[in-house]
Amino acid sequence: MHEFSYHAPTSVNEAINLLATHGAKARLLCGGTDLIIQMRAGTQQPSCVIDAKRISDLRRLSLDPATGLFLGAAVPCVEIYQNEAVASRYPGLVDAAKLIGSVQIRDRASVGGNLANGSPAADSVPALIALGAVARIAGPDRERTVPVEKFVVAPGRTVLKADELLVGMQIPLPPANASSAYLRFTPRNEMDIAVVGVGVAVKMSGEGCLEAQIALGAVGPTQIVAKEAATYLAGKRLDEATLEHAGRLAAQAATPIDDTRGTAEFRRHIVSVLTRRALLATAARLRPNHSGN
Amino acid sequence: MAKTRIEATINGEPVEFLCEPRQSLLEVLRDVLNLTGTKEGCLTGDCGACSVILNGRLVCSCLVLGLEVAGATVETVEGLAAGTELVPLQQAFLQQAALQCGICTPGFLVAAKALLDSNPNPSETEIRYALAGNLCRCTGYDKIVRAVMDAAALMRQGQGRASSPMQGREA
Amino acid sequence: MATVTNTSNGTYKVVGTRPLRPDGVDKVTGRAKYGADYSLPGMLHGKVLRSPHAHARIKAINVEKALKLAGVKAIVTGRDLPEGENKSVPLGEMSVNPRHLGHNILARDKVLYQGHAVAAVAAVTPYIAEQALELIEVEYEVLPPVMTVDEAMASTAPILDPELRNEELGDQPTNIAKHTQLKRGDIEAGFKSAEIVIEREFRTAMVHQGYIEPHNALATYGSDGRGTIYCSTQGPFEVRGMSAAVLGISPGSIKVVPAEIGGGFGGKTTVYLEPLALLLAMKTGRPVKMVMTRAEVLRASGPTSGSHIKVKMGCTRQGTITAAHVWLAYEAGAFPGSPVAAAAMTVLAPYAIPNVLIDAYDVLVNRPKTAAYRAPGATNAAFAAESVVDELAERCGLDPLDFRILNGSHEGTPHPAGPPYKRIGFIETCEAIKNSAHYKSPLKGANRGRGVASGFWFNAGMQSVAMVHVHADGTASVVTGSPDIGGSRASCAMIAAEVLGVDVDQVRPMVTDTDAIGHTDVTGGSRVTFATGMAVFQAAEDVVRQLKERAAKLFECKPDEVEFRAGTFAAKSNPSTSITIKDLAKRLPRTGGPVTGRAAVNARGVGPAFATACIDVEVDPETGKVEILRCTIAQDAGKAIHPSYVEGQMQGGTAQGVGWALNEEYVYDSQGRLLNSGLLDYRMPTCPDLPMMEPIIVEVPNPGHPLGVRGVGEVSIVPPPAAIANAIYRAVGIRMTELPMSPPRLLKAILARRAEDRTSPAAAARA
Ligand SMILES: Cc1cc2nc3c(=O)[nH]c(=O)nc-3n(C[C@H](O)[C@H](O)[C@H](O)COP(=O)(O)OP(=O)(O)OC[C@H]3O[C@@H](n4cnc5c(N)ncnc54)[C@H](O)[C@@H]3O)c2cc1C
Ligand code: FES
Ligand code: FES
Repeated sequence: MHEFSYHAPTSVNEAINLLATHGAKARLLCGGTDLIIQMRAGTQQPSCVIDAKRISDLRRLSLDPATGLFLGAAVPCVEIYQNEAVASRYPGLVDAAKLIGSVQIRDRASVGGNLANGSPAADSVPALIALGAVARIAGPDRERTVPVEKFVVAPGRTVLKADELLVGMQIPLPPANASSAYLRFTPRNEMDIAVVGVGVAVKMSGEGCLEAQIALGAVGPTQIVAKEAATYLAGKRLDEATLEHAGRLAAQAATPIDDTRGTAEFRRHIVSVLTRRALLATAARLRPNHSGN
Repeated sequence: MAKTRIEATINGEPVEFLCEPRQSLLEVLRDVLNLTGTKEGCLTGDCGACSVILNGRLVCSCLVLGLEVAGATVETVEGLAAGTELVPLQQAFLQQAALQCGICTPGFLVAAKALLDSNPNPSETEIRYALAGNLCRCTGYDKIVRAVMDAAALMRQGQGRASSPMQGREA
Repeated sequence: MATVTNTSNGTYKVVGTRPLRPDGVDKVTGRAKYGADYSLPGMLHGKVLRSPHAHARIKAINVEKALKLAGVKAIVTGRDLPEGENKSVPLGEMSVNPRHLGHNILARDKVLYQGHAVAAVAAVTPYIAEQALELIEVEYEVLPPVMTVDEAMASTAPILDPELRNEELGDQPTNIAKHTQLKRGDIEAGFKSAEIVIEREFRTAMVHQGYIEPHNALATYGSDGRGTIYCSTQGPFEVRGMSAAVLGISPGSIKVVPAEIGGGFGGKTTVYLEPLALLLAMKTGRPVKMVMTRAEVLRASGPTSGSHIKVKMGCTRQGTITAAHVWLAYEAGAFPGSPVAAAAMTVLAPYAIPNVLIDAYDVLVNRPKTAAYRAPGATNAAFAAESVVDELAERCGLDPLDFRILNGSHEGTPHPAGPPYKRIGFIETCEAIKNSAHYKSPLKGANRGRGVASGFWFNAGMQSVAMVHVHADGTASVVTGSPDIGGSRASCAMIAAEVLGVDVDQVRPMVTDTDAIGHTDVTGGSRVTFATGMAVFQAAEDVVRQLKERAAKLFECKPDEVEFRAGTFAAKSNPSTSITIKDLAKRLPRTGGPVTGRAAVNARGVGPAFATACIDVEVDPETGKVEILRCTIAQDAGKAIHPSYVEGQMQGGTAQGVGWALNEEYVYDSQGRLLNSGLLDYRMPTCPDLPMMEPIIVEVPNPGHPLGVRGVGEVSIVPPPAAIANAIYRAVGIRMTELPMSPPRLLKAILARRAEDRTSPAAAARA
């Protein structure tokens, strides 16, 4: 591993100042489950590492009845799924947070790092997009917000400028009668990177779908919003034929490639399967006697 | 790069060490503090051989910087046994023959401890998922899972001695 | 849990019980020292520069800049190694080609796979060594890579080794290092008498042993011209011999100290870092430590061969196999030496087939040189043969186990590659599965299927030495040279305790270095409990013989008038004069001095091992993912010395077989670059991927061993891929012919079948 300096600022401002000094050679460190590996492999060679975990804003997980959830960028996955209030309102996010890596990884890895790393296969991102999350970004002059679906611009690249950092994600409160789910496909049951990931959020009225959001992971250079599929679902009963068709539409939105994790053809097929299954899972969560999430 | 002096509590004892920013907690434990019970299998978070408990949470020490543990508490395999007395998990691993080559064993013990600390009565499935971050290539996991179940039972009965219901020192 | 089908006679006091292993406490407390846990004062750290190309000529290497980096102490390249002889030379019971071995340690003129070592650096910290690697300039002339046996065997293929010749092709350059043929009977007549003939083609991917501990070595070299290597190895004597061969020094000048070893499965029977660390230590006069990264392990140690296999088999309608023709081509990797010959000798071994023809090709490709992996060669071949056997059984309308029992090898059946079998337990493993609760239970539910398959492995004998020292307090220590990779200290201690008639905790086993014990071949071939165990048995008998002499002195009788039973010596004429080992041990100083038993064996009488597995799967027909629901494996252990560790071998091997079957594979791009060089993408089974694994230990004693022991370490890996393929067939009606049967492959087959069913009503009816 190359040399670097290590800083553990306690405020966003302090961190911003460090970024201003070190520019593009600085990297934020949350759980380190991407960054440390990349530095060891030499694919990232920052000269300055800024540990974000002592910044209270970035460690904040707060649920507000008006504005919804604020999820600090450095909050580890474990704190998300162990929080019952969050788990009951944002089951799709929790599905993703529970799937990332292993216990060892989830005890450190943050959703902020998952997003900022810019991987098309990042599990939390389709879930965040389906839930309408917005990224809060701090820079030298001002804070700005970017919808999560626009945050990643290419594999490993995000909208963050060299002098900016991700403070956290703001996730609106889901309306009544809405729920969410995230499903992924991996060859192993755990400890694997998504070959396909599908996040959905659905607002229902009885057996009918009022509104849906569908986001796909690992089937394009960035996460993909399956708009046609979502639009098609609005106002429909979620019967087998509708689900099948929505799955097909989602698969059409995907632009997968062949790689070690799966062929393009395979991925496209899996998108349709998982879309259907994720919609079913979400609808099931809204049934009155549904237990757990 | 200049080294920084770090103070932490490791296995219940205050420890001071000097550390470069790029040294991982795993390197600090093994190379600086000579605690070689924590193993290296991949350096990418995939094998769990380097598992330690950091401030009450299970982590891969290969994915933690040494500097991050300033002021923290770290538990490693060396800290499991109280003196010469093995804890139920260690006993159960021996009794169930849950190790063959033993390279994965420290990581499994630490991961299993983290599980049982928060869930004293896990199901087989819960154990399997809780140990998903630890690879073992020798055992096929069968005897490891059984050992964790036995240890949990022993701990629930509050008896940590080898005079367990499992035929004394038989494996 | 485990059932022991006890067919052995004789009652033992220690053998067959389950004591705690003697090295256990060290291993659950973190005290046990593995290779990477050693360090020495003044130690340097070594790193290896590796080729980014799969096939290239090295035009120039410039180390100047790197040498100037502060903290760099030495750099070596292929030119620093003497050019070894290009012929096979004996080493223990193995043989090596010193040139190939040397070229694999450090490439000389050509690099032959991505990750091939090109230079090695020793520096004061690992970081500086790494940085130095970046400063070494290598000029390559990139050549087209040859990645598969099919490409490599084509007449137009680029040639890896221009000097390689094989007998059949005369002076023509080739990538085929060897063609082996086995024949019996009249193959044409055999197929003529067959009423059902099945012919299928299979492919399997290169896979890795996947031991959790990376290769390591720490070497010192003194001004006395003697070197010491501390490392985790299955074969300390092989490390010594091979390192000497590579460096052109005498083996006697090297001592190898085997550290604890974190898995090997055959992959740690050769050398990679050991000669390099020693060479760097020789250059610098300081200790040098080297540890591979995981990516280096995957790219540049010795995985096992991918293969292309064709099987044609015929049987009568009643189910008697009349003929089999098997064609095998195995990837050797960059240098000759795939396990294809072993594959040829194992592939039909479970069956008594009168007419057999087997062709086996060892083929060079631009992949790492393969090394042994648990029952080397057998698993690929069994996947093919056992799939065809399953199909034949189905066509005959026979239960697959009955079909196997009908055709199964037994005492007197000629082995395809040798003399008739002595007493073997193949049929017993089939019967054990047939009678198991698992096989008798119904399997309900859609997309579920149950498959069975069998496997064979020779096991090995070879050389071992053991010493048993008797201490003044009546305890004994057992010293061997066989690294303990999965509980062999326990079995050695138990064997000694059995012979000495003492409790096992009165015996301390230890594994010592190459200076302290006579030549002991690798921990491999499932041979330790068999051969080293035989040496321990004889060494302990030697102790008993000597102690009888001592007791005779005390009893004032002749040694052959002393009886020994249950740890007590008594005079035959006067049984009331007796003395226990413990008391006799105290009397040694006055009856002639210390007693040490010793035995050096070249163990013959190896008993082959058979295993049969039964695996239930559920296929997700929408994703192609296979879940293992239940798994039982029956294996003939001969005699299980420590049943827990026998079960452990069976379960571990089965788990590796499951990984091989479902998800493990080397994935290369068209340039020969390995795309999955980490454990997230090289997908070995994790704990939630497997169910409990039910072992059934079958005991058909090996007549060639004093305790009836057969090796148990390997054969369990052989049946699972075929058993899973056969289970998948019963679940979804598809016969998979390619490993791994990963979700994309299986889904593709399912979708193709569905499309076919839509267009052809006949097919639909069949389904
Ligand atoms: C064994 C293993 C298994 C894994 N399994 C999964 C999985 O199943 N699913 C999955 O999606 N991922 C997985 N990952 C990848 C990784 O764990 C996740 O992406 C994780 O969420 C990253 O979070 P982190 O906090 O560790 O990020 P870090 O490594 O700390 O950071 C990641 C990147 O984001 C940047 N960054 C972090 N925070 C900020 C910020 N506030 N502002 C600006 N930039 C920032 C960092 O500089 C770095 O480039 C796995 C990794 C490992 C090692
Ligand atoms: S060494 Fe840390 S997870 Fe493998
Ligand atoms: S016992 Fe060898 S890896 Fe687990």
